Amino acid sequence: MEHLSGAEIVTRCLQEEGVEFVFGYPGGAVLEIYDAIFRQEKFKHVLVRHEQAAVHAADAYSRSSDQVGVALVTSGPGATNALTGIATAYMDSIPMVVISGQVGTSAIGLDAFQEVDMVGCSRPIVKHNFLVKDVRDLATAFKKAFYIAKTGRPGPVVIDIPKDVTINKCAFEYPESVSIRSYNPPSKGHPGQIKKAAQLLAEAKRPYIYVGGGAVQGGAGAQVTELVRLLGVPCTNTLMGLGALDGTDPNFVGMLGMHGTYEANLAMQYCDVLIAIGARFDDRVISVPNQFLSNPKRIVHIDVDPSSIAKRVKVDVPIVGDVKHVLTDLIAVLKEGNQRPHPDALANWWKQINEWRKPDCLLYTPSTELIKPQAVVQKLWEITNGEAIVTSDVGQHQMWAAQYYKFRRPKQWINSGGLGTMGFGLPAAMGAQLANPDAQVACITGEGSIQMNIQELSTCKQYHTPVKVLSLNNRYLGMVRQWQEFFYGTRYSESYMDALPDFVKIAEAYGHVGFKIENPADVEPVLKEAFSPALKERLVFMDFRTDPSENVFPMIQNGKGLNQMDLPPHMRGLQQVPFENNRDYGNLC
Amino acid sequence: MRHILSVLIENEAGALSRVTGLFSARGYNIDSLTVQTTEDPTLSRMTIVTHGSDDVIEQITKQLNKLIEVVKVIDLNEADHIERELMLIKVRATGKDRDEMKRMADIFRGRIIDVTEKTYTIELTGTGEKLDAFIKALDPAVILETVRTGASGIARGERVLKI
Repeated sequence: MEHLSGAEIVTRCLQEEGVEFVFGYPGGAVLEIYDAIFRQEKFKHVLVRHEQAAVHAADAYSRSSDQVGVALVTSGPGATNALTGIATAYMDSIPMVVISGQVGTSAIGLDAFQEVDMVGCSRPIVKHNFLVKDVRDLATAFKKAFYIAKTGRPGPVVIDIPKDVTINKCAFEYPESVSIRSYNPPSKGHPGQIKKAAQLLAEAKRPYIYVGGGAVQGGAGAQVTELVRLLGVPCTNTLMGLGALDGTDPNFVGMLGMHGTYEANLAMQYCDVLIAIGARFDDRVISVPNQFLSNPKRIVHIDVDPSSIAKRVKVDVPIVGDVKHVLTDLIAVLKEGNQRPHPDALANWWKQINEWRKPDCLLYTPSTELIKPQAVVQKLWEITNGEAIVTSDVGQHQMWAAQYYKFRRPKQWINSGGLGTMGFGLPAAMGAQLANPDAQVACITGEGSIQMNIQELSTCKQYHTPVKVLSLNNRYLGMVRQWQEFFYGTRYSESYMDALPDFVKIAEAYGHVGFKIENPADVEPVLKEAFSPALKERLVFMDFRTDPSENVFPMIQNGKGLNQMDLPPHMRGLQQVPFENNRDYGNLC
Repeated sequence: MRHILSVLIENEAGALSRVTGLFSARGYNIDSLTVQTTEDPTLSRMTIVTHGSDDVIEQITKQLNKLIEVVKVIDLNEADHIERELMLIKVRATGKDRDEMKRMADIFRGRIIDVTEKTYTIELTGTGEKLDAFIKALDPAVILETVRTGASGIARGERVLKI
């Protein structure tokens, strides 16, 4: 049996797991590991410019592929810089392994140089973590870490390795399999519950399918599509679920939630049977439970994580299991028993939904003077044929990206939904581009967000990741400005950014191509040029100077119900509570 | 409502802090917590006394089960169970108090386990209510120090918590 140092074991474990890229940043505690990386050729290391970016890049690498993302950081500040990235991945259930260096075992707890209790710091934001104090435990820790990260409800796992453990040697054998007696992620759903769900669907007059990020992570896009087509039922995706059902599918009624469409939110409020698939009734989706449940509905909830079920709302039929398996079984039961919602009732339900669709809640007023941010996203969608992988930062631009780019397939839309991390977009685009070298990758960002990790333009240059950055620059922290306008008497406290840099020069300084776009007529030509074969190999930074007064609509204020949206100007005054005076819900269909 | 949860957990460094961290991070209450290894040295058993609505208790149970090291969780309240807590109480035992203290310890079936000229230290086990009652029965002025373990619980009858 080979005798290897801890550092060599680390690289061998990564190789055994088929890791292609490690995103990281060296430092004292991980120098042995970096030396071992230098001496191997199986995986590549991507040197980022900040550890937060390493974790975001690994995260997006995972989100846009079927791999586990891997990041490597040093002890102390390296580890703490990684925390925001880890929390981001945790909130969105992304499979990831983060390796952090630690001071030597004899120095732990003595406030040594660059020491921080990484296991303690990361505990609330990881699926699991390890401090490996003995080199003989290293290989098992890696096997377990990858297994835990990608099974069940996925999530980040941290392996903290003291420096002496990377130096010490032991016999290396990578475990073939792993079994943890206390960890048995569910796969198949309960057959009886699945039958009940099928029965409920067949009895439904106003059925609705609500699909979250779990369907994307669980690889259940095809099953979602099959279920929707089989039943002909309206379907909505959450921000994290976009792409699970093709955004151009006629049964798709748009995203729901705080900035969801009028039709998606009202259907959510007034459906009578709701099938929730890998979604968790987040506050940004249903707002407050009592308003959401004010219109009685029966809920089927499919989720791999039992703690997501009945966390915010009562559920009639809970099904714990892998969404892909459960949906496959549900579809089989529906087909076998030929169980479908009653066609007349369903036709009436669609009639109602089409009424809600008519006013087109995403309509905005075009302008020949000011660039409308929505128009930029729409043009991007047209020019990329809806095929680009799109990453975003956090803010108004994120919502416009979600609303106006119609995602065609799962894993095409990459954003920080749960944590809402500014600075996510550019490193994420980098990770997604490395995972999909032939894909067009666009990063939709804002002038505030991009400046939180703008140094990664340097990494993009070094590793030739030709992402297209679309900065919707309105000189404001747009979403903050919007809230201040709505809720704080238009007192724009600290949301205006003065002294913005010349982004074109920044892009050029890093060796990229930059464009400043101020005229609506230039939006299309510039986008076409950015995505043209001539610039295929180049990172293009587009600084769109957009209308600073534009807001994201529809919007649901905190505490309000899904039927109490703030609507765009052309829809103001529209009735959103059509059944309030009609308690006999049977009359609707 | 008060609940008493019994948790089997891998006997590993850091496992306890994962449990307590979960309670504090999610805003649940811990009224008491006892933990020790079981007859199987790889396993520890925790007894957590907590309170909350049924929904909260359901979430606590689910969240505990989600921790990788947690092997099994049961809510002892779901069936008959036995609870015991240990208290060590140091009391002033001088003059007429000395006999009184001995009598009180006997009535509550406590044992005097340490004696000085001026003090007794009494060991008392029972439910939390019984220990409370003992404290209440004493003149506060004679109590020098108390230390309590928090409840340990086990199901009555043949029901066992094992893997």
